[in-house]
Amino acid sequence: MKPNLSVKIGKLDLKNPVMVASGTFGYAEEFKDFFDLKKLGAIVTKTITIRARHGNLPPRTCETPAGMLNSIGLENPGIDKFIEEKIPFLKKLGIPVIVSIAAEEDPEEFVILVKQLDKISEISAIELNLSCPNLQKNKLISQDAQSTFALVSAVRQLTEKTLITKLSPNVVSISEIALAAQNAGSDAIALINTLTGMSIDVHKRIPKLASWIGGLSGPAIRPVAVKMVWETYNKIKIPIIGMGGIMDIESALEFFIAGSTAISVGTANFINPRISLEIISGLKAYMEDNDIQNLSNITGKLKACKD
Amino acid sequence: MKNFQLQAKILSQTKIKDNYWYCELSAPKVASNALPGQFINIRVSDNFGPLLRRPISIHGVSGVKIKIFYCVVGKATEILARKKKGEYLDIIGPLGNGFDYRGNIKSKGQTILIAGGMGVAPLVFLAQKMKPSKTLVLIGAKTKKQILCGQEFKELGCAVKFSTDDGSLGFSGRVTDLLKAVLAQGLSSKIFACGPAPMLKAVTRIACENNIDSQLSLEEHMACGIGACLGCVVSTKSGYKRVCKDGPVFSGQELIW
Repeated sequence: MKPNLSVKIGKLDLKNPVMVASGTFGYAEEFKDFFDLKKLGAIVTKTITIRARHGNLPPRTCETPAGMLNSIGLENPGIDKFIEEKIPFLKKLGIPVIVSIAAEEDPEEFVILVKQLDKISEISAIELNLSCPNLQKNKLISQDAQSTFALVSAVRQLTEKTLITKLSPNVVSISEIALAAQNAGSDAIALINTLTGMSIDVHKRIPKLASWIGGLSGPAIRPVAVKMVWETYNKIKIPIIGMGGIMDIESALEFFIAGSTAISVGTANFINPRISLEIISGLKAYMEDNDIQNLSNITGKLKACKD
Repeated sequence: MKNFQLQAKILSQTKIKDNYWYCELSAPKVASNALPGQFINIRVSDNFGPLLRRPISIHGVSGVKIKIFYCVVGKATEILARKKKGEYLDIIGPLGNGFDYRGNIKSKGQTILIAGGMGVAPLVFLAQKMKPSKTLVLIGAKTKKQILCGQEFKELGCAVKFSTDDGSLGFSGRVTDLLKAVLAQGLSSKIFACGPAPMLKAVTRIACENNIDSQLSLEEHMACGIGACLGCVVSTKSGYKRVCKDGPVFSGQELIW
């Protein structure tokens, strides 16, 4: 019996549930030498804003125990250049392209971006990045249930495309925010974005990042992410795209069992550019070994320690 | 320029002195494509300590072999130095742009290669592509013990001058002061440099004052090494550029220090 790896996220049919997380895969072309990109379930682009952004001052990254901090600051060429320069390559891959978008100042920017992307047939879905920690904001949209509801409702009216809402873990209750996004019409929830963090050079007594704080990613954050997927899975009905420190097949499986319908590989792409492919084959092998025909038989199938 | 990810067999691992090591790797695809100034990104550990790869410049190429020259400065290089002949290293390369040295053969003046400390590492590979009779190498360090690779440049036929901050070998003072003295004699038409950022900044300024082209190889902490994460940027006249992909070699005219 051949395992069926396909999953559905909103209107999107993915041939397998392994995608790459926004900001860790550029616009895919950077990875073309390392494996056949067509084998991915979907690609999520680096976040796009209306205007081009230079990003934050360097140094922008530093390694931390089992993880890394980044404060890139959404450097991107802006929506027009993105469409002109990046879409042609992405289009050729023939796999679902999910475009991540964010607002710099005003939530209204999401409306403008969604209207523009809605017209482009090559774009399969839109990920609303309501959770970038590197914009020097006092509060993110995804740190407030009402703001999340308002934003998702506003863009929901503008497009039939699949909408994914990406949430921040830097909140009191992530499931409450996820519920707000679901109630506003989001087709799926992506979680988690990075946890805010800081690292200090003790010799110079300066922060290691020029922006002082950044977003923590990598295996260090995995237990936090798994817990948040599990908590959210029990509260919402729409699919979860789980991510946060997935490094191999075993960590990917944790996310499925906790309640993810699909997963995204992030920081691991920097260490092993082929890791997504290895996770896809690992998943196939796991399903074969355990006589599992469909992924729905894994998603959320967490058992109690003792019956 | 195509990148390869491969398991490279360690052919030799030799301690030169103190914390300085040579390592030869069998990496045919990297060797046949590598240009001076390019680097490989090495995964030294399968677990998460350290998590990220470490970029190390290519020191030389011969046949299917690439050679790296590194200094043990932290956890990753410590692990690297413990690897034995016959073991395999997960590497990605050749990465980055490399030096643009094609003008050297035709140009009338002499080309200066200037290195500070470990900055010699990519310049030896570059010197292999140069016309030795027209190449002058300036090597600077704090003290004589830290002067590296002088013999390698000499064996290639290049003229070599040294400088040490404490005067224990060659010119007494900074290598950039030695550069000024050399440029005062005229004859030079191009500078290639690698070393610590303050040195490169001074080289850029001196080259500019003397109206000479300069190319500088920068070092930066990297996360991906392949241009995806935008972590290792530097300021240039055309905005931020990625050291890993648009560099590590930049023209002096381009950089904003």
